[in-house]
Amino acid sequence: MGYFYQINFYIFGLLAIASALAFVTRKSPVAAALWLVNTMFCLSALYIMMDAQFIGAIQVLVYAGAIMVVFLFVVMLLNLGHPSDIADMRGTWAKLVAAGIGVVLLAQILVVQRQRLPRIIPEVEAPRNVITGIAGPLFNEYLLAFEVTSVLLLAAIVGAVLLAKRRS
Amino acid sequence: MINEALFFSAVLFTIGVVGVLTRRNAIIIFMCVELMLNAVNLTFVAFSKLYGAAGQIFVIFVMTVAAAEAAVGLAIIISIFRHRETVNLENINLLKG
Repeated sequence: MGYFYQINFYIFGLLAIASALAFVTRKSPVAAALWLVNTMFCLSALYIMMDAQFIGAIQVLVYAGAIMVVFLFVVMLLNLGHPSDIADMRGTWAKLVAAGIGVVLLAQILVVQRQRLPRIIPEVEAPRNVITGIAGPLFNEYLLAFEVTSVLLLAAIVGAVLLAKRRS
Repeated sequence: MINEALFFSAVLFTIGVVGVLTRRNAIIIFMCVELMLNAVNLTFVAFSKLYGAAGQIFVIFVMTVAAAEAAVGLAIIISIFRHRETVNLENINLLKG
């Protein structure tokens, strides 16, 4: 694990956090969505650096490319008007409570992950064939879950069309 | 590297939670939920380095569920907007009683 590698990992992680912070504080939904796309690109870089190249690729294709486009499309469809009209931060009390909950949650997660984690698979060189490592278990052990996913997608398509259809 | 990834994931998840609690625009709250799902995905990928490829397969399933959720959720938001002309959660209080 080289030095260059480590520094890049930190840079992309911090960029992801900075973009996420910019995302929560933007008033305009379009600006928020674009910052979230930036976060997703940085996460994709982190995935690739952790030897999950396929996940990194579909992160860009599915999340940044499909899901966020759907979000932007809905923002365009609803025509929400000027950002100042839709300023939507809650009051001071809600902000304080949210900050408190956030600090407690962060402390809990950091305490939990302080423990040393046992390694159950030996450390090996990253395999050249990244897809087979995922495709093998996906189509053998997790075949039932994979098939059920198709039913879920069908239900989501039918549900979305039914809900968004204009009733005549 | 795994510990750093878990740290980044924890921070991103917390930012998502704070966003859900402080924003009132339904679309932005939805995007915060997506951010939380992304943070969990980062944890899954980090653990897949320790415990094998099952973590990466779970990431694929989480992404599928996120796509389905985005489609249905945004359809619900469009439907609400047609009826009430707003996506501000303060004004959507039909179930408050």
